[in-house]
Amino acid sequence: MVVTARVATAQIDVQDWSVWYGAVPALRAVNLDIRPREILGIIGPAQSGKTSFLQSLNRMTELVPAFRCAGRITLDGKDLYRDFDSQDVRYRIGMVFALPLPLPLSIRENVTYGPRLRGERTRTRLEELTERSLRAASLWEEAKDRLDRPAMTLSGGQQQRLCIARTLAMEPEIVLFDEPCSGLDPISTAKVEDTMVQLKSRYTIVLVTNNTKQAARVSDRVAFFLMGELVELDRTDVIFTAPRDPRTNDYVTGRVG
Amino acid sequence: MDPATRRVQAADRQWRRAELIQRVAFALLFIATLLVALASVLVMGLILIRGAPWLSWEFLTTMPARGMRAGGIFPAIVGTLELIGLTVVFALPMGVAAAIYLTEYARDNWMNRFIRLAIVNLSGVPSVVYGLFGLGLFVIFCRFGTSLLAGALTLAIMTLPVIITASEEALRSVPQSFREVSHSLGASRWQTVRHAVLPFAVPGIMTGTILGISRAAGETAPILFTVAAFYVPRLPHSVFDQAMALPYHLYVLSTQIPNIPQAHRYGTALVLLLLVLSLNVLAVVLRARFRRKRQW
Repeated sequence: MVVTARVATAQIDVQDWSVWYGAVPALRAVNLDIRPREILGIIGPAQSGKTSFLQSLNRMTELVPAFRCAGRITLDGKDLYRDFDSQDVRYRIGMVFALPLPLPLSIRENVTYGPRLRGERTRTRLEELTERSLRAASLWEEAKDRLDRPAMTLSGGQQQRLCIARTLAMEPEIVLFDEPCSGLDPISTAKVEDTMVQLKSRYTIVLVTNNTKQAARVSDRVAFFLMGELVELDRTDVIFTAPRDPRTNDYVTGRVG
Repeated sequence: MDPATRRVQAADRQWRRAELIQRVAFALLFIATLLVALASVLVMGLILIRGAPWLSWEFLTTMPARGMRAGGIFPAIVGTLELIGLTVVFALPMGVAAAIYLTEYARDNWMNRFIRLAIVNLSGVPSVVYGLFGLGLFVIFCRFGTSLLAGALTLAIMTLPVIITASEEALRSVPQSFREVSHSLGASRWQTVRHAVLPFAVPGIMTGTILGISRAAGETAPILFTVAAFYVPRLPHSVFDQAMALPYHLYVLSTQIPNIPQAHRYGTALVLLLLVLSLNVLAVVLRARFRRKRQW
């Protein structure tokens, strides 16, 4: 494996995408595109289908037993659900969860979890990956002297950046963030947001957030979901200043939700 | 007497009554607990007092002598330890594998419900039935003869439900989020089990296994027809040999050998008790230790 600062070029197209859990619909005929190296913010109240949409993108939805879907999601024109192996999808499209969820291993072992399972055994290569990923997640300076300490000894904000580093270590093209700052204080939140903005130069980012201000701060475009439907998708400034749909306006101005 | 005073008196009486009931209930519950502890203390105390003076290095390390009325119980100790070891070898992998299947792979359908029911039933089977089953299947049908192998397999089957149940519980106590994280990092289902679930379930599995084995170590009925020898003048050379075992040896000493010093029996009982107890203590210590180290 040659170390290259790969730059994301992948284009995702979502066409008439619907999801059900058993008989309960979670997403109804969503159409949108995700462009390379943008931050796409996804906002909406609870039960709006944000997380279902996000998890559809790396096929985590398939782990739910009663999951059904219709429509198509393509990655560079190839069907995400038919033309790829689910493991390969999750390698190319990484995910950071709402809560910091380090595995009870050392910091180093957390970062190299993905690459090691993929068969990467070369020590130097793993070390390089560790440093690069931690740097990209703005955690290197704080963690470099204690890589072999348990990840649980980090603070909550550091743990979340560790989780970002762990996702980046797989060298994905697209990183999905599922409310990454919901458990963090404002300062840690600012650090994670800075990290996301820095990552934009190389990665495509999809950010689900309950914090509309966060979406306004970091996103290039924002999609507003309501009751499983995509209500509106536009440039961030348009969504927050002149949305077309009155429901979007109500939500971003805080009148509902 | 005015109504207000009467109301106060009534309330006071009621309160006294509640207080009395509370005291009686507390006393009854305490006595029940005390009786349980007392039974345990009496059994151990009796065996300790009568058996301890008989314990000696010679008793533990020499062969029986003079029609087992003298000498030691060395072959029975060795036989029991070998049985324990072999039982773990058979029961642990199978039990853990079954638990992994049931928690990580099995869907909720009629077959898996049937499997669960079968395992629950297995734990309700009386031990003497295991003995007969082992005799039929391993000793006779599989032609292992009365041997360590047949005995250990019988004990393994008896221990399996304990190990499976404990392992299932241990696997389920690993947070679901670990599995999700592992999958999101591109791990396959097996890789997830292997690297993000199993390592964190090991303490629980070990504890359950030791408890199951300690119960098996003290059983007489399952080994009665499958491995236990009345007396063998030498230690077993292979798994196809008969062996002596502590519980059966104790049974023999107590019922088949007249004019044997009583302390000899109690000494044997004490050794068996200490063996089983030390296994239980080991399980408790391990559990406490890992619980303290646990980080989630």
